[in-house]
Amino acid sequence: MVTGNLTWLPNLINSVERKSQREAYGNALEKLGVDRNVVVLDADLSTSTHTTIFQKKYPDRFFNMGISENNMMAVASGLANSGKNVFASSFAVFATGRSYDFVRQSVCYADSNVKIVATHAGLTVGEDGATHQIIEDMGLMTGLPNMKVLCPADAMETEEIIGYIYENRGPFYVRLSREKIPVVHKEKSFTFGKSELLRDGSDVTVIATGILVSAALIASDYLKSKGISVKVLNMATIKPIDREGILKAARETGRIVTAEEHSIYNGLGSRVSEVVAEGYPVTVYRLGVNDVFGESGKAWELMDAYGLNPLGIVKKVEEIMVARS
Amino acid sequence: MKQYIGTVQEALDIVHIKEKAKEVRKLIIRMTYEAKSGHPGGSLSAADILTYLYFREMNVDPRNPDWADRDRFVLSKGHASPGLYAVLALKGFFPIDHLMTFRKLGSDLQGHVTRHVPGVDMTAGSLGQGLGNAIGMALAARLDGKSYRVFAMIGDGESNEGSIWEAALSANHWKLSNLIVFLDRNMIQLDGFTESILALGDLEEKFRYFGWATRTIDGHSMEEIAEVLDWAKYQNGPKMIIAKTVKGKGVSFMENNPDYHGKPPPDEKKFEQALKEIEEGF
Repeated sequence: MVTGNLTWLPNLINSVERKSQREAYGNALEKLGVDRNVVVLDADLSTSTHTTIFQKKYPDRFFNMGISENNMMAVASGLANSGKNVFASSFAVFATGRSYDFVRQSVCYADSNVKIVATHAGLTVGEDGATHQIIEDMGLMTGLPNMKVLCPADAMETEEIIGYIYENRGPFYVRLSREKIPVVHKEKSFTFGKSELLRDGSDVTVIATGILVSAALIASDYLKSKGISVKVLNMATIKPIDREGILKAARETGRIVTAEEHSIYNGLGSRVSEVVAEGYPVTVYRLGVNDVFGESGKAWELMDAYGLNPLGIVKKVEEIMVARS
Repeated sequence: MKQYIGTVQEALDIVHIKEKAKEVRKLIIRMTYEAKSGHPGGSLSAADILTYLYFREMNVDPRNPDWADRDRFVLSKGHASPGLYAVLALKGFFPIDHLMTFRKLGSDLQGHVTRHVPGVDMTAGSLGQGLGNAIGMALAARLDGKSYRVFAMIGDGESNEGSIWEAALSANHWKLSNLIVFLDRNMIQLDGFTESILALGDLEEKFRYFGWATRTIDGHSMEEIAEVLDWAKYQNGPKMIIAKTVKGKGVSFMENNPDYHGKPPPDEKKFEQALKEIEEGF
């Protein structure tokens, strides 16, 4: 098998157009800032999360809480319950793991209008290593009643999602990457709670989220040349999950491969498996991080090392085709 | 120190407020006895402050609990829910009879306070969150140019939590003059006496070093509560009032007894004794 163009390195990642989700977030916030109810909190990472873009324009409505994520979530809740539309940002590992109990009680149980937008999720944090590479965050947030969970595929979808959560009351979690990631969308296409059909196909469905949506498209094009017809769904809304879309894919292709830069536990793969197990049982193979911590390395080196690339998806598709043929 | 001298009307009010606090204490005993669970100890230690705040200090309207300009109160030690629920019912936020549904299936009166109850401004239970919640409310008042004040009560045991000290830094950093906090210094937490479990030492001194305006009072003296709230009006920055209290205050077998942190009167005899002692002002 020719695999040179199915791994991110040495060439693929530099041959595609890439944009930063966190810059898209900062720019979106700056636009939303015309609404005087929008308040932004950060925990000493504002230059990394790009909430500084908002801070520069609206310094009176930006609060740097220092390195105290727990207090940030508590304060966010207090502001929200006094009428503010609050965005709270940090790295995903701190925004979800460190402050879990505060998100649980002050944000979710209190049903507070707090939008947690976290950057630096997953392995693509890179050189900082496992301490900073959270691969459990979607599971943590999905388990919380009232919480909605989103993982955009690229910068444009990030901008659309920030607009959506601004318009809608209640707790949201949005998972963004540190890296500039491949562009998937040429035009706006986000619908909350619905998967997006990017390629139609009949042999197998690849359901991907975040960075791996672009990998799924590359894998699909490669597999087409090998005579395998792959449907590709972008699942930007992890909770509430698009039950209807998943079951339709299960019925139409009979096989599903999921792909995410997250643990194979409690993320997209788990959610899709739950839906098909209850509604239309078909074989589901999950591509993700296999219950291990990450490590230091360059972002795209790590993604290749852990098989989170087009080749990883191709392999899962080939395995599932054999298993079910 | 300048002594605050109240008016005759205020002296009459104080007599009235002491009677209200008795009613609150009796309701705390009734609710927890009826529920066969709950936290009487820390509710009884907080009862005088809670009563004073709602009946004499805070600008709230029981007919309009979500009124945007109201003063806020965050009970960070959310297990003292019987105390707050009793005060809110007596104030008219909901019927007194409703208190007997406390901790029962289907009731909004959860074991720990939730903001879905009329008059409750914030959900609390897992400790160490309410001070930060109150800071958020105080910041919102500032952003909106509103003059409402934010009151909060934290526990001494609760001050084991690191997040209390994150919040302590934060309130001083933002110079929140509209934030007034009582620390219910009853010296007891679930497992025993605070100083033997994780010594807190001089909390007034600690908060003073964190930049707060601080005072220590007798948390069962309505006169001292009145005086300190007057003092608070003239201080810049956040205010921390260390209220020396007695856990289980008003019931002889509960006073200073860690066993009654989270346990109601065990039988009818003890229940009647508790009510009698409160009535007679033990």
